Amino acid sequence: MSEISRTDVEHLAKLAHITMTDAELEKMTNELGVIVDSVKRIQEAAGEDVPATSHPLPLTNVFREDTVGHVFTAEESLASAPDAEDSRFKVPAILTEAEDAVTSSVAQEGAHR
Amino acid sequence: MTSTSNSLIRLTAAEMSAKLRAGEITSVELTQAHLDRIAAVDGTINAFLHVAEAEALETAAAVDRSRAAGGTEAESLHPLAGVPIAVKDLIVTKGQPTTAGSKMLEGWMSPYDATVVEKIRAARMPILGKTNLDEFAMGSSTEHSAFGPTRNPWDPTRIPGGSGGGSAAAVAAFEAPLALGTDTGGSIRQPGSVTGTVGTKPTYGGVSRYGAIAMASSLDQIGPVARTVEDAALLHELIAGHDNKDSTSLPEAEYPEGRLPAFVDAASAKNVAGLRIGVIKQLQGAGYQAGVLARFQEALERLRENGAEIVEVDCPSFDYALGAYYLIMPSEASSNLARYDGVRYGTRVLPEEGPLTIERVMGATRAAGFGDEVKRRIILGTYALSAGYYDAYYGSAQKIRTLIQRDFDAAFEQADVLVSPTSPTVAFPLASKLDDPVAMYLNDVATIPANLAGIPGISVPGGLSEGLPVGVQFLAPAKQDARVYHAAGALEQLLNDTYDAPLWAQVPALEEVTG
Repeated sequence: MSEISRTDVEHLAKLAHITMTDAELEKMTNELGVIVDSVKRIQEAAGEDVPATSHPLPLTNVFREDTVGHVFTAEESLASAPDAEDSRFKVPAILTEAEDAVTSSVAQEGAHR
Repeated sequence: MTSTSNSLIRLTAAEMSAKLRAGEITSVELTQAHLDRIAAVDGTINAFLHVAEAEALETAAAVDRSRAAGGTEAESLHPLAGVPIAVKDLIVTKGQPTTAGSKMLEGWMSPYDATVVEKIRAARMPILGKTNLDEFAMGSSTEHSAFGPTRNPWDPTRIPGGSGGGSAAAVAAFEAPLALGTDTGGSIRQPGSVTGTVGTKPTYGGVSRYGAIAMASSLDQIGPVARTVEDAALLHELIAGHDNKDSTSLPEAEYPEGRLPAFVDAASAKNVAGLRIGVIKQLQGAGYQAGVLARFQEALERLRENGAEIVEVDCPSFDYALGAYYLIMPSEASSNLARYDGVRYGTRVLPEEGPLTIERVMGATRAAGFGDEVKRRIILGTYALSAGYYDAYYGSAQKIRTLIQRDFDAAFEQADVLVSPTSPTVAFPLASKLDDPVAMYLNDVATIPANLAGIPGISVPGGLSEGLPVGVQFLAPAKQDARVYHAAGALEQLLNDTYDAPLWAQVPALEEVTG
């Protein structure tokens, strides 16, 4: 039997910001249990003396001169945003839990990528 | 469709290039022939999520004008100029939608081109459109696309592999001569295997990932999809190279040659005399279909007859590769997909009741925007990374990654290239594995080790079983991509001689809709 409970999945869904119905939580708990059971045997081969590898090839820091390159205009960055106002991304209320949550917006500097 | 355009689309990309340069055909004719083919068969195949007819014809006409102008303008054209291409919809394109196969990005337009797209535009290849995929490249069958599955041209009741089923099916069905794919655990090679096409996963960092929507950043790699090994090598040479915009990009000087290797020359050598080929003991036997293993053994026999030295190599840690992959990949994906928050990209969905706080809007947006497989992997990754489980799961998986690299290092002491079946089975019927995630994950058992180690791999057709394509995979050490082209090009030639025709030419005729 899996060590993952429905309460665990409910917590994980909250952390991952995915709203789930009771039926979805039930299904996900079962599926996750099967998947975790099928992958957990890797622990038997992962000895204490084996170093961890996080990346396939050796990485070094990459530096460049601090010069201005191509920058997206606010219009370009906002063109496919769900909501925008005054050259800013418009987001739902962040600080209030009130029923009549007011809409606020946060300025995002520069491009998102 | 006329017989002329029918014969045009069945040329290889190298032949198209030669005919364009000789002035025997125009790019507009060639591009129109592919657009006609898409119109005729894509209702059945569903390889394309977006077809860019006007843009493709405009690029083609401009290439034809440059060619007609003669002089330096014609001479400076890239060999692939005017040869059309399809782009997996995980790779961003300016002026064409990019959905990643997800409702989350439906209607989203990228403000920039991926580096590989800049390169194919600079070479002036008409972009036919964007190809279907499992949502955010998560799957092995293209059934997890939010826009319906792609069907296999060899048998439309079967899957085309995944996640890059759209690119592979488009190339197999003569809707495009070339395509771009991405490979995180086999998403270029496994679709190549089950559609009878060629697909390469380059060395990690060998092709810029700037503009590839990230799934698992330590595993993702863009690569070429084609019908022949030479065509894959041609496209690989175009898209390879260092890119300042990708901090994990490989400088050309780090290749053994000190510069970008000549992949086309390697593909054209077609000689395996003296080549040491290591058969991976762990990637055969139980779980592999008898027909797949029979074609695989025949391929080895042909290579041996022609002077290759076949040895068996032992890679005991590969038995744990799938488990390690299904912890590392979801962990990285859960982090990469945090950006789809209903604020900056595409979709925002409001909760049906209750206050409209950002947390609740985010939860509703991600609930509606992501499909089941994406949710499964995000939750699994969140679990593997959470306090109390990190060492047991993510930590152990990273140690397995070290052991797999050591197995490869030891195997490449004994062999120049390694070989295995690409996929344990031929294409399976649609919906047959959709309710069993673990069975679906097993499709990538032979392709995943290369991603964990960052090494190059290729899938090349190895014949048919039950009338469906079987793929043979070659692997080489990091930065030795030329070796996989060398081995695959030679095997392709040997099998063409055996069967009197390339495998891809035997794909059954698809019913064409006219009108």
